[in-house]
Amino acid sequence: MRLTKDVIVSRKGFDPLPERLLLKGGRVIDVEENIDETLDVVIEHGRIVEVGQVREDGFNGDVLDCRGKIVSPGWLDMHVHLREPGSEGKETIATGSLAAANGGFTGVCCMPNTNPPIDSQEMIQYIKDRSKGALVNVHPIACISKNREGKELSEILELVEQGAVAISDDGSPVMSAELMRRALEYSKMVNVPVIGHEEDMTMTAGGDMHEGFISTSLGLHGMPAVAEEIMISRDIMLADYTGGRFHVAHLSTRKGVELVREAKARGIQVTAEATPHHFTLNEEAVLGYNTNTKMNPPLRSEEDRLAVIEGLRDGTIDAIATDHAPHSYEEKVMEYIYAPFGVVGLETALGLAGTELVKKQRFDWNQIVRLFAVNPYRILNLPIPVVKQGALANLTIFSPEATWTVKAEKFLSKSANSPFLGWKLTGKPVAVINNNQIFKSVL
Amino acid sequence: MVYSSKHLIGLSEISREDILTVLDTAKSFREVLDRPIKRLPTLQGKTVVNLFYEPSTRTRISFELAEKRLSADIVNFSASTSSVKKGEILVDTVKNIAAMKIDMVVVRHSSPGTPHLLARVLDANIINAGDGGHEHPTQALLDMFTIREKLGKLEGITVALVGDISHSRVAMSNIYGLKKMGARVLVCGPSTLIPRYIERLGVEVYHNIDEVIPQADVLNILRLQLERQRKGLFPSLREYHNYFGITRERLEKATRRLLIMHPGPMNRGVEISSNVADSDHSVILEQVTNGVAVRMAVLYLLAGGRSEIN
Ligand SMILES: [Zn+2]
Repeated sequence: MRLTKDVIVSRKGFDPLPERLLLKGGRVIDVEENIDETLDVVIEHGRIVEVGQVREDGFNGDVLDCRGKIVSPGWLDMHVHLREPGSEGKETIATGSLAAANGGFTGVCCMPNTNPPIDSQEMIQYIKDRSKGALVNVHPIACISKNREGKELSEILELVEQGAVAISDDGSPVMSAELMRRALEYSKMVNVPVIGHEEDMTMTAGGDMHEGFISTSLGLHGMPAVAEEIMISRDIMLADYTGGRFHVAHLSTRKGVELVREAKARGIQVTAEATPHHFTLNEEAVLGYNTNTKMNPPLRSEEDRLAVIEGLRDGTIDAIATDHAPHSYEEKVMEYIYAPFGVVGLETALGLAGTELVKKQRFDWNQIVRLFAVNPYRILNLPIPVVKQGALANLTIFSPEATWTVKAEKFLSKSANSPFLGWKLTGKPVAVINNNQIFKSVL
Repeated sequence: MVYSSKHLIGLSEISREDILTVLDTAKSFREVLDRPIKRLPTLQGKTVVNLFYEPSTRTRISFELAEKRLSADIVNFSASTSSVKKGEILVDTVKNIAAMKIDMVVVRHSSPGTPHLLARVLDANIINAGDGGHEHPTQALLDMFTIREKLGKLEGITVALVGDISHSRVAMSNIYGLKKMGARVLVCGPSTLIPRYIERLGVEVYHNIDEVIPQADVLNILRLQLERQRKGLFPSLREYHNYFGITRERLEKATRRLLIMHPGPMNRGVEISSNVADSDHSVILEQVTNGVAVRMAVLYLLAGGRSEIN
């Protein structure tokens, strides 16, 4: 397994796109263009030149059979920890990008809690250099505060000019209401969202899991849902007061969903994302002390999980983002209270959406495409990829019906700290196309 | 009767029958402890590792004595959690232990779930000697053994657990065990020291000790973790003692002869006053003696013994 990975990494993993490629017979879903029908797509030199009915015989070029598959604008995971620089043993920009492509994403946003953190022009440039020329677009998110210390604003104007698409101190909350107020005010000048990791740390210190009956039974220290809700509530009020744009990272509680729903109804500029693990698992997954169930925010109650799903359904929650947080096996094999927070997510997101949301909760794939491929771009003010003649080919192709088993050895991430190992999922990535390259999923 | 599990990790995980088997077996070992020659050859040739990642004099000595009385070979490994850098050593230690062909591991650790971790990677029988705020099954077994000795039964008995219930492994194991044995369990303490949803385990919650005493057959008084005050969970030892401390005056409200228990070590004058701890209601020292018998029973049963011993 390691060998295959190295081979792929050494040749950058992504294959050049054939000069002419026909995507034959797929169900094309493009919510922005109002398309949901079986169409053929012709790509020439990385650009879509035809969308319609194209005969396979006589086509001068390569053909990718897309019958029974969905062809969607490329997916963007707006919350990923690529760990480079600082923790390259867990993940690098190269392996994280491969994992993204393997999971059906053509773009990721990398969170700035690296070492050093992404709080300077040099760091933004570093990320850009390291991801240059790859299939997967890597959009850096810059720190709200210098060195993520929660004290002074980082040079937000310059960081955004350099390429940062949002600001966040993710991994840590902004405990100072004053700093959060100023961040929301200041970032308005460049119209980027302030992404909040919402957690009142005075209430969660020493916590390992959601506070509830299960934490009591297991003797683990609890992190109450109200600690997240207090901060969401505070930041909604600050967004209202300042007119800034506030985005809730990894929203996980019922009252948090209600707060965002009310704020939106009142016209406050707030958006939100939720993770596949929060819409799939609840606190009971911690029974047995598998450290791959330890993440922050923690797995919540069943009531919270169902509220997150309703939030995704009615548009209160705008996007699905994985909070991909790779950790080495050695770190996760520790005692529960010593194991670090976080799970990988890039390579299971599509399957979990297909299984939990489409199969069990009767979502339509159009909704899923909106959550993965439209809204994340919109929140970040990035151009939304479209399946349209003349557009650059930025596409995610997946099989909605295929079932597969999650196996660590198929991951291209350097880490495999997933609570879903061994799970059977419905919905499987097939290939991604972007920047005149193609990658066929090996899951 | 045979104990049906491979390990003793928690009373939440074993059956009423297994609990009964341990208690019955412990009765025979308790008699052995009164004989002039207290050593039995039962575990001859077996190796037991005592893996203590948290300082604990009492529990460790009790286990060691039980192991010696059964003629086991003993390996002691102690490391205070603070000196162990974030647990890396545990995994290595465990791998080393596995290579030494040992039969049983007694483990004490500040992280809940550590015995589960060991059970996953080792072939040996695992005995939980306390994992964080999760469980301390042998303590609860010896508490139940003591109640049964004194009151003749567990079913229908009302046991009050008093004090710091939150993250108390002694309280949790007692609740799981006593409920399985048909006892009525009350918990009483300041609301900040009683965990949310505890009532879902079938216990009744009280905050006024004077309401509890008239109903109880047994008061099991838990040790107050003094660092809880610094964390802001209660305002002062003085107020704690005035409202929750068990004193002779309070015991006058008892309607029947009360059994006073404490898992030790006691904070005299805080959760329990000396004249209660040393009174003839107190079975605190008997608990210590019974602890050895209960631990002998557990070791014996996990090694494959049956409850009828000679
Ligand atoms: Zn976060």
